[in-house]
Amino acid sequence: MERNENNKIEPPRLARRFLSWYCRPELLEDLEGDLNEYFERNVSTKGVAKARLIYILDVFKFLRSYIVRKPDFLNLFIQRNMIGSYVKISGRSILRNKLFSFINIAGLAVSMSVALLLISLLSDMTSYDKFHKNYERIYRIKTQSEQDKFASTSLLAGKLIKEAISGIEEIAIVYREFGGDMRVGDKIVPLFGMWANESFLKVFSFPMISGDPATALANPNSIVLTEKSAKKLFGDGDALGKTITWPDKDNEREFVVTGIIKDIPTFSHVKFDLLASLSTREVMKKTDQYEMAWDNIWNGYVYLLLPEGTDLENLQYNLSTLSAKENKTIKEATINLSLQPLSDIALGEDLNNSIGTVMVSSNVWMIGILSIIVILSACFNYTNLSIARSLRRSREVGIRKIVGALRSHVIGQFVVEAIIIALAAMCFSFVLFVLLKPFFLALNNQHKDMLVLDLSPGIILYFLLFAVCVGIAAGIVPAMYFASVNAIKVLKNISAVRGFGNMTVRQVLIIIQFTVSLTFIASTIIGYKHYKQILASDLGFDTENVLNIALAGNNSARLKKELLEMPEVIDVSTSQIVTSVGNYYGTMMHYADPKDSENTHFNTIDERYLPLHGHKLLAGRNFIAQADSAAESEVIVNEKVLKRFNIRGQDPLKAIGEIVDVDGKKLQIIGVMKDYHYGKSIDTEMNEVIFRYSPSSTGYINAKIVSKDLPTTLSKIETAWKKIDPVHTFSATFYDDEIERSYNDFSSRIKIIGYLSFLAICIAFIGLLGMVIFTTETRTKEISIRKVLGASIGNLIYLLSKNFIFLLGISMLIAIPLTYSFFAEYALSYYAESAPPALAELTGGLLAILGLTLTMICAQTIKVANSNPAEVLKNE
Amino acid sequence: MKGTNLGEFEELVLLTIAALVNEAYSVGICDELTKRTGRSVKLGVVHAVLNRLEEKGLVKSKLGEATSVRGGKRKRYYTITSAGKAGLLKAKDVRDQLWSIIPDLTLKHI
Repeated sequence: MERNENNKIEPPRLARRFLSWYCRPELLEDLEGDLNEYFERNVSTKGVAKARLIYILDVFKFLRSYIVRKPDFLNLFIQRNMIGSYVKISGRSILRNKLFSFINIAGLAVSMSVALLLISLLSDMTSYDKFHKNYERIYRIKTQSEQDKFASTSLLAGKLIKEAISGIEEIAIVYREFGGDMRVGDKIVPLFGMWANESFLKVFSFPMISGDPATALANPNSIVLTEKSAKKLFGDGDALGKTITWPDKDNEREFVVTGIIKDIPTFSHVKFDLLASLSTREVMKKTDQYEMAWDNIWNGYVYLLLPEGTDLENLQYNLSTLSAKENKTIKEATINLSLQPLSDIALGEDLNNSIGTVMVSSNVWMIGILSIIVILSACFNYTNLSIARSLRRSREVGIRKIVGALRSHVIGQFVVEAIIIALAAMCFSFVLFVLLKPFFLALNNQHKDMLVLDLSPGIILYFLLFAVCVGIAAGIVPAMYFASVNAIKVLKNISAVRGFGNMTVRQVLIIIQFTVSLTFIASTIIGYKHYKQILASDLGFDTENVLNIALAGNNSARLKKELLEMPEVIDVSTSQIVTSVGNYYGTMMHYADPKDSENTHFNTIDERYLPLHGHKLLAGRNFIAQADSAAESEVIVNEKVLKRFNIRGQDPLKAIGEIVDVDGKKLQIIGVMKDYHYGKSIDTEMNEVIFRYSPSSTGYINAKIVSKDLPTTLSKIETAWKKIDPVHTFSATFYDDEIERSYNDFSSRIKIIGYLSFLAICIAFIGLLGMVIFTTETRTKEISIRKVLGASIGNLIYLLSKNFIFLLGISMLIAIPLTYSFFAEYALSYYAESAPPALAELTGGLLAILGLTLTMICAQTIKVANSNPAEVLKNE
Repeated sequence: MKGTNLGEFEELVLLTIAALVNEAYSVGICDELTKRTGRSVKLGVVHAVLNRLEEKGLVKSKLGEATSVRGGKRKRYYTITSAGKAGLLKAKDVRDQLWSIIPDLTLKHI
């Protein structure tokens, strides 16, 4: 049969590859030949399409037991001695190419350090609450109101579930915020905990040292202490059965210790010093209508212990029915209950009113994805450099293949090599991990409270497993590349394998790498600028040099007097809360129409507060000092209040003297102040705010301080505090620091992304450096000849670096619009007062990085371009 | 011994190998069988039988020279072994014996 060589019709490629994949190597050749012969015959008799179809069918028909090969991986493990050889060869190759190994190990090490942190973080977070015997069966009730999601729910919900829904083993009901200065005899110890019903200790397995878990919290006036609090109150003596006095707002109450439990483990999402029986609260609040209201969803928590094999959907249906029924009893609100497994609490969705600190899983995933990107970037380096060096290694592979190595052996060799590099990198990154750990823990309160990051054999195993995975990820592409090397071609003619054959793939990798790193850097720049902008933004009042001292329930007068005696303290005022850092106090207020009332933010202050903080009055006057006993009669409002209630045509001057109703009291407006940020400055626009008067509030003392030696002044104030209150620790923060701390989340995120982008750019940088070095090294001969023929150094630099500059240019063109649009459209759009990211600064920052990279490229090319051509050519 | 007895198709393949002498490779055998028996013989069946015969030690095989046809793949040539020859002879013997005891008249009148 005659056939034109150039126009040969080939059998379908995929089918052929499939055949050679499954067929035993010793049977493959003649079988393939047979199929080819039939194919050629069919092409001439039945046409190409049909011949192809028959070929494909035949390939499947030959899929028989005696033809199919045994799996290769099995071979890999059977031939253990080969692994020894892989390790040996890999070791030699790593040592021979020190630069290559250094670049890879360094890149992988820095990127893996982040991953190690993340692994130990995840391990910490997933071990939360695992110590409970019934971990798998505990669910929390969460609440969805029309505005938001809450971890808390109403006490009524707990009660109703108990009454109306069957098939629940136990229901633990908790009400937070119990505690204060607990007293035993003369001893006062501030302790904080929760109210809990009798099922609490049955649902959760906090081990009891003494007392009966079933009944400890059943009766009113019972209290359960942790071991530590018992020691604080009673020393080493037996605490069981003793009484503790709790100072309630109006009267004192005696509690009997009915149980002592072991200290709460770190990995528990609820933390407390003591538990009071919820039945006490029921007695106390018997007449309070709101206590058992369906929409009082702010402080209660309900945990269900479900029997094994509960139908969750059915239970959810019952909860929804119950919610629908109860929603009819309240106005203007819909509240829906749903289930949340215990495993989703510590690391889970972003809920309001969470009990204790939690970590939002989306944040963790974000960091996870970013660090995976950084690790991939380091893997790209490995891939890129390995393929760039293929010139050198492919001969070795050729020999291996001729000696009898299978595809799988070659792949094994290169993957093992990558794994060894990854393991070496892992050792370095472990050192980095240990160094980074304290910084990471100190990054924000969440980390400090929730994480330990201790090492355990399990974690180390995860680390090693991770390193192996990274090794495989980095090594698989070069391994595939080398496995497909044609042995004969390589050995016959080395130039057949152009070292830079696969240029497009690697160009794409470099572009991706730089685009990612530039995007990271740009995001950090924008984020940091935005952060600084927020901190510097005008709140509408003056916070400079104001020290806020928490009073912890003490009377302010004594400390005030002590403070005013110090020369460094210019002025002192008191306030109920510190505003503009995310604290809110609200109260109902209305003007002429009682039906048109609004929940208005307020702060209770004394007469020195306004001048000390530089609030501007548009009309009227400040409060005048009054006696403690005087009834509240005056209020200062802001412009927004005038607007909201339309008081006297919103004219500040006319509004003075009007009467408003605040919290059921008739108060006279004596002043109108300019609007200011009561909430955080980024959150929302400014809202209605009122100032109420109290000469002696128990919240904070605001001291304006001018001092050259702050530490001494602070210690002086602390000494004064100790004299007045030996029990509570002195807690004072400068207003500016407090504002900064309220953006802790924001700043810690910027720090993490900043660190990651630093890593990303370093990795991309050294990766590119490696590429440049290898490119120039392989082209030294060419360069020498060019020089001999008269090329100038400028020409040579241009020749060598134009490719890289082109790639960098492309990645910059992708990165800038990408980041810009991301921030302009999405990330910053919901902040009220943010300017769009400045394109000039963005480009400036990126240009600096590109400049650095270009300098590196030029330095390397100049080195090669300056080499003496005679030397280079003589050596050949 | 189990397995030394030749099946009908095995016997045909074995005979074809013997008949084709030095040209006995899978496709060739397939074609020859198709030509002689008039039934369409599938390559897969022949391949399986060749594999089985080789396992039984009745034939042996070696790869030939590469040529430009068949996409440059070599052919696997089969030759009959002495065990194969014995098997064939035994099968023929059985048939001859059976033939010899059929009375001439029996087949004439059918």
